[in-house]
Amino acid sequence: MRLSSSSNEEVTRYSPQTSDNDKRVVVAPATTQTKIKLSIQNVNAWFGKKHAVKGVSLEVKENSVTAFIGPSGCGKTTLLRCINRMHEMTPNAKAEGRVILDGVDVYDKSSDPAMVKRRIGMVFQKPNPFPTMSIHDNVAAGLKLNGIRDKKLINEVVEQSLKGAALWDEVRNDLHMPGMGLSGGQQQRLCLARALAMQPEILLMDEPTSALDPIASSKIEDLVQQLKEHLTIIIVTHNMQQAARVSEQTAFMYLGELIEYNPTRDIFKNPQKELTEKYISGRFG
Amino acid sequence: MSSSNNPSSRKEKSSGERPSKAGNNFRQTFQEISIKHASRRRITNKIVSIIAIVFVIGAIIPLASILFEVIKNGVAVLSVQFLTQPPGAIGSDAGGIGPAIQGTLITVGLASLIGAPIGVLSGVYLSEFATTSSVKGPKQRAISFFANTIRLFNDVLTGLPSIVIGIVGYVAIVLALNSFSVWAGAFALSIIMIPIVSRVSEETLKLVPNSLREAGYSLGISKTKITLFIVLKNAKDGVLTGVILAISRIAGETAPLIMTILGTSLFFTSLTGPVDALPLRIWRLASQPYESAHGFGWGAALVLILIILALSASIRLIARGKGIRVRTETI
Repeated sequence: MRLSSSSNEEVTRYSPQTSDNDKRVVVAPATTQTKIKLSIQNVNAWFGKKHAVKGVSLEVKENSVTAFIGPSGCGKTTLLRCINRMHEMTPNAKAEGRVILDGVDVYDKSSDPAMVKRRIGMVFQKPNPFPTMSIHDNVAAGLKLNGIRDKKLINEVVEQSLKGAALWDEVRNDLHMPGMGLSGGQQQRLCLARALAMQPEILLMDEPTSALDPIASSKIEDLVQQLKEHLTIIIVTHNMQQAARVSEQTAFMYLGELIEYNPTRDIFKNPQKELTEKYISGRFG
Repeated sequence: MSSSNNPSSRKEKSSGERPSKAGNNFRQTFQEISIKHASRRRITNKIVSIIAIVFVIGAIIPLASILFEVIKNGVAVLSVQFLTQPPGAIGSDAGGIGPAIQGTLITVGLASLIGAPIGVLSGVYLSEFATTSSVKGPKQRAISFFANTIRLFNDVLTGLPSIVIGIVGYVAIVLALNSFSVWAGAFALSIIMIPIVSRVSEETLKLVPNSLREAGYSLGISKTKITLFIVLKNAKDGVLTGVILAISRIAGETAPLIMTILGTSLFFTSLTGPVDALPLRIWRLASQPYESAHGFGWGAALVLILIILALSASIRLIARGKGIRVRTETI
């Protein structure tokens, strides 16, 4: 799996600020043109007394795909839910730290949690379309319930979003049918369309393909590649091949700590930490 | 049976045999046990099924016999005159139960208009708002104490004898307005209704999967709108069942009505005056010594049952219609 010495030089160049005595501050490679869209700074999260995320810091570039990998219970989903302030909706949950989106901390007192969620969309592990709503209404729900009444605009956004989720051709004649009538893979793309309808700048995907078969999964993966043209994507995945296929950056987490955050090819070909290497080579986790 | 077999197998494993052989021995032991168990299981299965069926029949017998008796004795007196006319002279065959039907519809309707929204909203509060997402602090402890107190009151109120609620209605409204009135009856009935609706609503709303609330939050929708248009909409059937259950219960209440609407043989005149009701009429007719009055009583009981049946059927139909009617292009 590992490449030999030739890539070591490249690695040091890619992670200039990594030092052994401060493994918690791992900074993404600084490339020249791309803008930093999201900066997670020393985020801690708790469930009651359980310390689920321990002082994680990382930066995410605009229009990139970042993958969070790690064994079950390592805090990757919790970290993801801290980004759009979803974590704090859980009873007894607490989050601390700074999540800077375009220079503004989403945890700032002046920031509205609902506004944060409108800018940072989310797709969940299990497809969760609204059972009482039609396909059209599922996609339109976010717009309508946020006060948008212009039917023409809504219909346009619904069509755009369904096209963006590659579902339009399959459902264009059944928009009034219940969303629950779709197959699992279609439901997940419906949820993706529902998130896209809010025109988010960042899309968080929490193991979006773990409940889907390989064909439906590869459709979602293709979509991720298309969608990153317009938005920044962070994807949590159990599937290391998936992380390798879709992401440019990969963060490996273990027991609530960020162990390594580097370009995906480096993580998989030349991991810096022993833990990372053990995990990606399948020796634990 | 199994206890006699297990120690021997364990001994074999610990005596240092190769694992594969020990595994085979276990398999053999388990197969023997399961074969022995299989016949016993089949017999037990049969016996339990028979017992269950016997008890189900036992539960249905009184219900079916009441229904049968009511229909047998009640159908004979049903007529347009019976349904629309006020009661005739005592002991005569003339007249009907018109005012009682009208009074029941008005009183129960008014009570539902007061009780259902309060009950549903209190259920919504208990399920959706009484838990806060913040880490345990004094504020959350106060809220959960408040919620638990409401739940306790709900349970106590459900178990309260309805005559006590009638007395409350009498003291609070009849004495205050100085007249038996529809308002007092509706007030008493709504008090009976609220805890039932509240409890059923709370339990139903708690069954709505949290993933739907999270989906709503992830779209930046406000909690109020999520509760109304996503959570409550998904729990609609259960909540409606609770409301129907409560309406059926109060439609059959007699004791609180004696203390509040009194009962009369005249048609409805005003909300501040006395009115008749079917349970009251049944009670009056049954306590008369005349054969014809008893026949009318059976008829009134049948009408009451039919009204409750029609009410729950129509509420369900209306609710279902709303679900289907959605046409996306026109929204």
